[in-house]
Amino acid sequence: MQDSLKSSSYQQLEQKSKYTNMFLRWFLYFILILFASYFIFPLYVMVVTSLKTMEEIRQGTLLSWPSGLNLDSWAVAWGGRGYGAGDTFLRPYFWNSIKMVVPAVFFSTFIGAMTGYVLTKWRFKGDQWVFLFLLFGCFIPFQAILLPMARTLGVLGISNSVVGLVLVHTVYGIPFTTLFFRNYYVSVPTELVKAARIDGAGFFKIFFKILLPISAPIIVVTVIWQFTQIWNDFLFGSTFSFGEAAPIQVALNNMVLSSTSVKEYNVDMASAIIAGIPTLIVYVLAGKYFIRGLTSGAVKG
Amino acid sequence: MFKWLEKNLPKIVMAPAVGLIGWFVYGFVLWTLYISFTNSKILPKYELWGVGQYVKLWGSRKWLIAVDNLLIFTALFLIFCVVIGIILAIFLDQKIRAEGILRTIYLYPMALSFIVTGTAWKWILNPTLGIQKMFRDWGFENFTFDWLVDREMAIYTIVIAGVWQSAGFVMALFLAGLRSVEDEIVKAAKIDGASLFTVYWKILLPMMRPVFFTSFVILVHISIKSYDLIVALTQGGPGISTTMPALYMTQTAFHKSQVGLSAASAMMMFMAVAAVIIPYLYSELRRENAR
Repeated sequence: MQDSLKSSSYQQLEQKSKYTNMFLRWFLYFILILFASYFIFPLYVMVVTSLKTMEEIRQGTLLSWPSGLNLDSWAVAWGGRGYGAGDTFLRPYFWNSIKMVVPAVFFSTFIGAMTGYVLTKWRFKGDQWVFLFLLFGCFIPFQAILLPMARTLGVLGISNSVVGLVLVHTVYGIPFTTLFFRNYYVSVPTELVKAARIDGAGFFKIFFKILLPISAPIIVVTVIWQFTQIWNDFLFGSTFSFGEAAPIQVALNNMVLSSTSVKEYNVDMASAIIAGIPTLIVYVLAGKYFIRGLTSGAVKG
Repeated sequence: MFKWLEKNLPKIVMAPAVGLIGWFVYGFVLWTLYISFTNSKILPKYELWGVGQYVKLWGSRKWLIAVDNLLIFTALFLIFCVVIGIILAIFLDQKIRAEGILRTIYLYPMALSFIVTGTAWKWILNPTLGIQKMFRDWGFENFTFDWLVDREMAIYTIVIAGVWQSAGFVMALFLAGLRSVEDEIVKAAKIDGASLFTVYWKILLPMMRPVFFTSFVILVHISIKSYDLIVALTQGGPGISTTMPALYMTQTAFHKSQVGLSAASAMMMFMAVAAVIIPYLYSELRRENAR
């Protein structure tokens, strides 16, 4: 008797909680979609603005749809208007960035793999201190090295050049690449290495035959992290290069700030998308690895 | 000889990295520290001058504005990123449909540079053709949103863009944290009659203390170093109303050619970062050793 009473009131309660639950679900989706629109809004505005003419921009609002697929401002942003002086466009700077990113990512990743390998598989006395010594490099505010770096690049004769930027990005990437590889190799069983050593395999043979073949995931994480950081860098680019050697972010900023005649927002937005597209593509294609790098190398910001 | 080489090969392989970091990080920071105690103008001078640059720095109105802005920005940036990040993480954790797509949308700004972000928001926030015009065209004729050109409010536009860029990242950190908690704990609490709200508020969020700590460190670190976003969005203006320490440092060094003074400001930034990072590194190391 008592049992049945209990169960019926329980059913009522369950019924009620079903409605609250449904309401909660709707609320949940509402909030999630609200935030999604906040995050997507600037990208949407950038894309539609880049497809409008300046006339359309003045007539319509931020959100209004472009009248057609008008790629003129993309052409201007990428290749210029075709007259001489003062015609800045992104193509040469895009290539500067490529020429800077590829070697810098390669060297910093390679060095990081080597140091990570030594720090975990060829341990020596005080290696933890060496790791800490390198790790600290992740955290320094770069303002504290800007002045001596500018002078050093001058002395070496590579200020205002892509080579100089490759050096800078390689050096300041090492702490991060070391961190990535060290944390990855720590979980590789040392017995494998020991067995190989007993078989007479040397330092490099062990690295190339045992460690490297299983390193694909961490190489992807490191390459994506370094690529994103270096491609998006502005501080080093704007401090150590100007004019023709500038990387794309610096060129984008100069283009947007140049106050010649009328502001062309459509060209600005097309330029911004061009400067952002390589990292966006990487993010969409390899988001998983991007997030992994972000959460383990996040200290940089 | 060959034997020696073989025995020391690991150390030889380490040497370039250690040498480069020793020179380009430690050596350079020490150089900057030394220069901050000299009276260097365009070119560095090496006679010691004492703490004059620091006295000058803290007597400069522009630096005080920069520090003030940094405090305002850091506080708001932290609060908004963490609150939005937690809400999104908890909501996404409720077996949501299309979770993957939503996550991708929340996090994609992290893939963009601050220059791209700044360029986009500068266009959106400009009073003549941006949001203000949009609302006026929709019939709200007195709608005003001109923070970008308002000395008092311009700093908040940097907060808006900064939060947009980084909130998704905090979401990712918390989502990873929540997912690493054993399901059993939540089940047990539910059997004991705890509501979902209680489960999160009383059990899960307190368990996320390390995630709070990590987010705090990362966000403060980002905000102390924030430079690109300000350059792209306001260039420190209107006037000098949105100057921040990183911008002050580069302007003093490369436009005003006051090398000693800019070195002093760089060292202040260095100390601020160290004050946040050293306790963090210490606790991380302790956690790793405890494992």
